[in-house]
Amino acid sequence: MTNYLDFERPLAEIEGKAEELRAMARQNAEMDIEAEAAALDKKAADLLVSLYKDLTPWRKCQVARHPDRPHCKDYIEALFTEYTPLAGDRNFADDHAVMGGLARFNDTPVMVIGHEKGNDTKSRIERNFGMARPEGYRKAIRLMDMAHRFGLPVITLVDTPGAYPGKGAEERGQSEAIARSTEKCLQVGVPLVSVIIGEGGSGGAVAFATANRVAMLEHSVYSVISPEGCASILWKDAEKMREAAEALRLTAQDLRKLGVADRVIPEPVGGAHRDKQKTIKAVGETIAAMLAELSDLKGKKLIEDRRKKYIEMGRKGLAA
Amino acid sequence: MNWITNYVRPRINSIFSRREVPENLWTKCDDCGTMLFHRELSDNQNVCTSCGHHMSITPRARFKALFDGGIFSEVAVPEPMADPLQFRDQKKYPERMKAAQKSTGERDAMLVATGEIGRTPIVAAAQDFSFMGGSMGMYVGNAIIAAAEEAVKLKRPLVLFSAAGGARMQEGILSLMQMPRSTVAIQMLKEAGLPYIVVLTHPTTGGVTASYAMLGDVQIAEPGALICFAGPRVIEQTIREKLPEGFQRAEYLLDHGMLDRVTPRTKLREELITIIRMLTGQTPAVWGDLPAPEAAAATPTSAT
Repeated sequence: MTNYLDFERPLAEIEGKAEELRAMARQNAEMDIEAEAAALDKKAADLLVSLYKDLTPWRKCQVARHPDRPHCKDYIEALFTEYTPLAGDRNFADDHAVMGGLARFNDTPVMVIGHEKGNDTKSRIERNFGMARPEGYRKAIRLMDMAHRFGLPVITLVDTPGAYPGKGAEERGQSEAIARSTEKCLQVGVPLVSVIIGEGGSGGAVAFATANRVAMLEHSVYSVISPEGCASILWKDAEKMREAAEALRLTAQDLRKLGVADRVIPEPVGGAHRDKQKTIKAVGETIAAMLAELSDLKGKKLIEDRRKKYIEMGRKGLAA
Repeated sequence: MNWITNYVRPRINSIFSRREVPENLWTKCDDCGTMLFHRELSDNQNVCTSCGHHMSITPRARFKALFDGGIFSEVAVPEPMADPLQFRDQKKYPERMKAAQKSTGERDAMLVATGEIGRTPIVAAAQDFSFMGGSMGMYVGNAIIAAAEEAVKLKRPLVLFSAAGGARMQEGILSLMQMPRSTVAIQMLKEAGLPYIVVLTHPTTGGVTASYAMLGDVQIAEPGALICFAGPRVIEQTIREKLPEGFQRAEYLLDHGMLDRVTPRTKLREELITIIRMLTGQTPAVWGDLPAPEAAAATPTSAT
């Protein structure tokens, strides 16, 4: 069962028709529908290409949030070996919205940390839809510290609507935890590379994505506020999210121009969820390439590289 | 028309309009409703003399009350690129900027200055909530970097007064990037062994709280200040329940271990001097010897 997005409705109709024809043919052996079904398939494939050729920023947000999109767990399982999750912030709890632990990437030991949204109702609730609480950031801080001490590169996978806006999270210092996590990202003397695989939601994303190299998947987004949130504040109407998404310049392509993203990883036609394996493979290759770029830098040099990058950020706008 | 309406009336009008009548002689306290005379209020740094409620104060007024003799010199802040995203909502961003600059008389939402408090040299930065909600964009990032660099150069502590609704949406991702950017500035300060003291004022929320405003060596807040990452309305919408009284206020945060102190604005100067002199290994301040700040030096207002 494919989960279609609202703008994919025409596609759903064509693919539905083709499926119907084939179902009828299965029941009635004398019917010859192959030519007709193939024509429909072709039409659907063409439509998919044209739909995804020029996605609007809001449609990109929808694709980035697609429930079937590969999530952090999928990447860890496919790209890493000997993944050994490490839990807890040693203060309060273990936050399941943040996965992290030791693993091998192309045989090299690394620390991998990421937001996990979950893929069905049960796991989504357990993962709190990828919205971390202070414990999640404090766990990440602990793991980054460990990586620093043992010289392990840190790989972060970002996919969060934002940090969790809850009572307990606030009481336990959500803002302090995010501030410290960003600070820790800037302090580790090991390579730190980050991939925005879905949604890069505001401060909750910055806390992991303050890296030497940041890559974004083609249809991922990274923004200071959700388009809905921005629309309700500036347009006083949450339904203006299309306009807000446009204005915020949150697409991978715009962020590449602004120097916030260093690379854009192409997705299969129709988005990452239409070919998970291909997407995951491309992400793996990009992580390897980004780590290779940093292989000459050691310790303090890596910290300097990161600092320089952020101090100089914003010198160029989109107008140029 | 006759002589009276054409000549006499305009003359009379112009005579009267020439007399400047200050508009806001009286301010009503947001909290207790007491009418406060403007001199009385500004002498008390915009703290209600009746109930102690802290009203907002501009960076300039704050610095005047903070620095010895009200004397400070401004630190230049590099001008960032204007409107990098060509952002427009119902209004264009440059128009919003112009309106804010006109109404505040300031360049952007942060003022940086050097001067002495209790003969203790410091660098101070203050955020201006009246300028687009104090929001953090490229300029504020530049201001924090300039403040940190100045502090490192002069080997002085940095005192930062925060007040902001969060990041400036009109600068999109670049405003978000001020979180790591300002954090780098604070790290430069810390590596130089210089104290960084944050005074959180009402309100400090969002990306500002989640970066430089929470990284102080000492975290002080003004009474009643709202300090949070997500605002109370967002939380109520998420968890669908009423939040307790005083939630996310300075005193609540103090109780939950997120702050060192809650200090009234009128006591802040003294406290900053005491803390900074200890952190920088100086002798205790001799209070009688200190030049009085300008607010106190002004002639006492008679009870009107």
